[in-house]
Amino acid sequence: MKEGNGLKAGSNLERVFQAGHFAVTAELGPPKSAEVEVVHTKAGYLKGVVDAVNITDNQTAIVRMSSLAAGLLAMREGLEPVIQITCRDRNRIAIQSDVLGAYALGVRNILCLSGDHQKFGNHPSCKNVYDLDSVQLIGMLKEMRDDKRFLCGEEIRNGKNAPLAEPRIFIGGAANPFGDPFPVRVIRLAKKVRAGADFIQTQCIYDMERFEEWMRQVRERGLHEQVKIMAGLTPLKSVGMAQYMRDNVAGLRIPDQVLERLSKAQDKAAEGIKICVEQIQRLREIEGVAGVHIMAIEWEKRVAEIVEKAGLLPRPKV
Amino acid sequence: MITAVQKPFEEIYRMVEASGKLLILGCGTCVTVCMAGGEKEVGILASTLRLACRERGSSLEIEEATIERQCDREFFDPVKAQVLGADAVLSMACGVGVQFCSELFEGKRVLPALNTRFYGTTVQQGLWSERCAGCGTCVLDRFGGVCPVARCAKSLLNGPCGGAQDGKCEVDKEIDCGWQLIYDRMSALGLLDSLMEIQPVKDWSTGRDGGPGRIRRQDVEL
Repeated sequence: MKEGNGLKAGSNLERVFQAGHFAVTAELGPPKSAEVEVVHTKAGYLKGVVDAVNITDNQTAIVRMSSLAAGLLAMREGLEPVIQITCRDRNRIAIQSDVLGAYALGVRNILCLSGDHQKFGNHPSCKNVYDLDSVQLIGMLKEMRDDKRFLCGEEIRNGKNAPLAEPRIFIGGAANPFGDPFPVRVIRLAKKVRAGADFIQTQCIYDMERFEEWMRQVRERGLHEQVKIMAGLTPLKSVGMAQYMRDNVAGLRIPDQVLERLSKAQDKAAEGIKICVEQIQRLREIEGVAGVHIMAIEWEKRVAEIVEKAGLLPRPKV
Repeated sequence: MITAVQKPFEEIYRMVEASGKLLILGCGTCVTVCMAGGEKEVGILASTLRLACRERGSSLEIEEATIERQCDREFFDPVKAQVLGADAVLSMACGVGVQFCSELFEGKRVLPALNTRFYGTTVQQGLWSERCAGCGTCVLDRFGGVCPVARCAKSLLNGPCGGAQDGKCEVDKEIDCGWQLIYDRMSALGLLDSLMEIQPVKDWSTGRDGGPGRIRRQDVEL
C-alpha cells in the first residue's frame, strides 16, 4: 500500500507541500445538528480556494456533527478533509478504530489535538477521557502508518495470513506560540515533530512579534526543516468579537493595536479581512512558514476573498 | 489526606428525616484535618439538624459520636452499642468510612453526610488542593515532584496544552497550571532537558481503569 513516490500518505496537502507551494487550508466547523446542507454550503465557499479543509472535532466541547462525517460530506463536495481527532472524548481503542475507518473512507490527513476541556462546552458535567495526550496520539498514528502496528504492538492485518493494511495518514499537530510557559512551547513542538508530526497548525496569530520570536526559536532548532508549519489566522469580524476572543479564549493574545485599528475603521469586517491579508503577506516572508490555515469562525464565505487578496489563487494542481 | 466537604444541609435533612433514632458518626482522621467531618463538625451538624427538626415538627432523635478512624475495624468498638441502638448512622467520614461502617453493621443503614473530593493538602486555612490521583503508577520522579496526572486538567504527560496562560489553568483561573509548576520546578532543579523526552502512553490499568482496586501482599499476610 506504500506510495511509490516518497509520499507518506499521498494527500493533496502533502503533495502541495512536497511541490514547494505555500499551502492554504481553512477550517470548516460542522453544524450543531444533522443538517447536511450547512456542510454543503460551507464546502461550496471553500472549494477551489484551499488545498484542504480542516474539520473540527466538537470544538470548544460543544456537540456537533462528527468530524469524520462532516469531512466525508466535504469530500463528496470535492474538498480534501483534514479530520481533527481530540484526546478528550475517545480512548486508544476508539481512536485507532476511527483512524482505520477514516482511512478506509478516503481520509488522508488527520490533525491530532488534546481538545478543549469539556468545561467550556455544553456538557460540562461529562467525564473526559485523555487516555492519550496529543504527542502520544501523533506517535500512535505514525506507528500505525510506518510500523504497521497498533499501539499494543499487534500488526495491522485481519488475520495471520491476511495482508498488512495500515492507514496511511499525513499527520498534523497543533502548536500555540502564545500559551505559557513560553519556553516550553518550542520544546513541545519539538516533541510533536519527534513523535511524527508532518505538519503543524498554530493557534490564531495576532501578536506577530511573539510569533516571530517563536519562529526564531523554531529555526534555531531546525524544526522548520522537519515539519511544515502552517500559521493560523482568524479574521476578526468586529470589535466585539475581538474583545470576546481576547477575554474568553484560553491561550490567545490580541494586542491593543489590533483592537484600536479595528475600532477606528468604518467597515469593521472589511478591516478585519484587510488585517488578515496583511498578516498573510507578512507571514509569507518569515522563513519556515510553509502555509496558512484560515479559521474563519462561522465566516467561511469570506475565505475566498482573503485568499484572493493575499495573491494565493488559483491553488496549485499537484 | 482524603478531602471532603459537607453535603448541602437540605440534602442531608431529606436523607435522615424519617430515620427515627439517628447516630451522627464523625471520623477523627482526614476529614477532621480538612474540617468536614470531625468531632466539631458532628456537633454543629447535630445542633443544626435538631433545630430544623424542631422547626419542622420532626421527631428525629439524634446522638453524636466520633471515632479515630472509620476505615479500620478496631476503632468501632467504643461505638458498637450506639450504632446498634440507632435506626440509621449518618457518617461524616469519607466514602471509605461510610462503606466500611456499612459493611461492619449488616442491616444498618449508613448514610453519607459528606461529598468525598480528592487526595490533597491544606494550602492555607480554608483552602485545600488536589495532589494525587491515585493512578497506581507514580510518575513524580519524571516531573520534578509535581504530578501532571492530578494537576493538569487533561492529565497531559508531554507538556502544557494551549490554554495555559500566566501560569493558570484554562479550566479555572484560580487553579495553577500543573505544567507551569512542573516547568518552574524542573527549571530550578536544572532538569529542563528531560522535559524533551517523549513520555510514553500511560498504563492506566493500575488505577480506576483496571477495575476496583485490590492490593494483596503475601509477605505480610498472617
